[in-house]
Amino acid sequence: MAKAFTPKVVTANHLLEGDVIYMDVNQKWVRELHQAHLIEDEAQADAWLAVAAAQPWQVVGAYLADAKSSAVGPVPAHFREAFRAKGPSNYAHGKIEQDQVAA
Amino acid sequence: MYSYNAFDTAFVRERVAQFRGQVNRRIDGSLTEDEFKPLRLMNGLYLQLHAYMLRVAIPYGTLNSRQMDQLAMIADRWDKGYGHFTTRQNIQYNWPKLKDVPDILDALADVEMHAIQTSGNTIRNVTADHFAGAAADEIADPRPVAELLRQWSTDHPEFQFLPRKFKIAITGSPNDRAVTRAHDIGLRMVERDGVAGFEVLVGGGLGRTPMIGKVIRDFLPQEDLLPYVEAIVSVYNILGRRDNKYKARIKITVHENGIEEVRNQVEARFAELRAAFDGIDQKLLADIKTHFAPPAFKDAPVDAFDAHRAANPAFASWSDTNLTAHKNDQYAIVSVSVKKHGQTPGDATSDQMRVLAQIARDFGHDELRISHEQNVILPHVHKSDLPAVYQALRAADLATANIGLVSDIIACPGMDYCALATARSIPIAQQIATRFDELKLEHDIGPLKIKISGCINACGHHHVGHIGILGLDRAGVENYQITLGGDGTETASVGERAGPGFSADDIIPAIERLVLGYLDLREDADETFLQAYRRLGADPFKAILYPDQQKAA
Ligand code: HEM
Ligand code: SF4
Repeated sequence: MAKAFTPKVVTANHLLEGDVIYMDVNQKWVRELHQAHLIEDEAQADAWLAVAAAQPWQVVGAYLADAKSSAVGPVPAHFREAFRAKGPSNYAHGKIEQDQVAA
Repeated sequence: MYSYNAFDTAFVRERVAQFRGQVNRRIDGSLTEDEFKPLRLMNGLYLQLHAYMLRVAIPYGTLNSRQMDQLAMIADRWDKGYGHFTTRQNIQYNWPKLKDVPDILDALADVEMHAIQTSGNTIRNVTADHFAGAAADEIADPRPVAELLRQWSTDHPEFQFLPRKFKIAITGSPNDRAVTRAHDIGLRMVERDGVAGFEVLVGGGLGRTPMIGKVIRDFLPQEDLLPYVEAIVSVYNILGRRDNKYKARIKITVHENGIEEVRNQVEARFAELRAAFDGIDQKLLADIKTHFAPPAFKDAPVDAFDAHRAANPAFASWSDTNLTAHKNDQYAIVSVSVKKHGQTPGDATSDQMRVLAQIARDFGHDELRISHEQNVILPHVHKSDLPAVYQALRAADLATANIGLVSDIIACPGMDYCALATARSIPIAQQIATRFDELKLEHDIGPLKIKISGCINACGHHHVGHIGILGLDRAGVENYQITLGGDGTETASVGERAGPGFSADDIIPAIERLVLGYLDLREDADETFLQAYRRLGADPFKAILYPDQQKAA
């Protein structure tokens, strides 16, 4: 039996800012993991990654990251993705800072 | 210190202009990331986890106050008001925006700085003893040679596509503060029959296969240095493996071919090259040396220093740990700790940079250094000025008296920033430092080097830490492996793995247990952790780290 597919999100870094970004359900780039679209199907994952890879003027290094579903949207399946989603732990910089500004 | 000549200036400006064009072409879509990546790396621009990172070279760790002020300006204008000093005597900015990078490089060029060859398979920023030109134990200032190597290697056509990156470190003192034995080439100045020359080491390196450099030449006359180094790099360029990135460093070349074979080939190549060097390098060196003339040392009483020591215990404690003997005995070398307990090792705010620049102007003959231990050095301070320097440092939160102690930790950026990391290192360093500050035992424990890397690449030098910590990913959880007995000095050794790793929660108590256990094991207060480890071997230390296992056995 084939291995069960682990759900994925499409993620990359923003070309100009360097910031971590995700693809939402409309294939638009968003900055928060919980706004991303959780892909449950392998064929769809590959197709979506191809869409991302075809936007080199916008994004760098697009890839599929494992994620889990939750009541608030996708959450990270691995601690590396948790740090990417949250920002560094030594300062309130990056996403943490942006969230404070936004709030 | 060295000033750019017209050629250097034109070269650096030209490179910035080229890169500006490349960035524009990347942004307008005419360059793909695959095309752009090697170009940005050649200019020190990385993409990390959350943002771009710009790595700026501080050649042989030396800078003046104007350069430090400019680094502060860059931090404020284009970054988040701070910079990170690294073990390679670079400064890294963690948050630049792509479109701003050419402007940052221009601002660097304004003060004769750049980010060239901080990346790629080239000869990287040559690192040197951070006490160069000041230390009492020094034979000669190694920086003119470092500068000569830099000029020779920068854009050297034969050496732009080496099998792998190539790092050279140099010290002018037999006491090795530049970790020369963990570099591709290490140059350690020694004296023979009253003449100074170099012990040449080759094939040291850390990373996934740590190796201590081997002596390829025990005594090299100074005037043969450049042809000899060129011979080494040129033999490596041919012999070094290009089929496997993990076997490409010269340490593997030396390991696979044997030091004798490498030496034979190097000597043969050297014989050819020596003849081709017609003395131009020596003329150049003589010219460079004039830029490194010692400052005009003042001659004044030092009573104020002794009086202040007697009167102020905090100052006395700081001067015990943070000063090193200067060749002029009215002077001292000040190591400024950028490791306040709980802070990120090596991070300095722009305000702190400006304070350091001002102190250098007022009391330090306008010289600053960055050490590979991620601290800032004021190499020439007259002892009568030390009380004032201490006050100014204190006001900027820079007077922590912990140089060489348990909280003076080297830590790489780890998973808080680095895209290659397998675990975090910064929070581990912060917690260890905070814990030992609470215990108030640091000064009793004495000299102890803890070094932390967030992955096997070993940027945090963990293999040569007396206690090394390596962060790994074990089945999706951060896990920390301890190595013991490493040493980065002239008595270099690679630390031994102590046993199974610890979780992020257990690593701090494990380190505490280990260090407190050492206090019981040492013969007396003068026996350092490393000495005790070398006398007793690993077993008693392992027993402390893994008490349950001992019981079970
Ligand atoms: C975050 C960006 C960084 C990246 C992508 C990076 C990448 C690497 C890699 C791949 C290696 C292994 C090379 C090999 O063994 O062939 C390495 C080694 C090393 N890096 Fe970094 N590093 C980074 C940051 C740093 C920092 C911040 C420092 C200084 C604190 C540093 C200093 C070193 C040193 C000293 C070594 C090991 C010595 C050796 O080359 O054998 N690196 N780095
Ligand atoms: S040791 Fe690993 S985690 Fe640390 S900076 Fe180097 S590559 Fe990154």
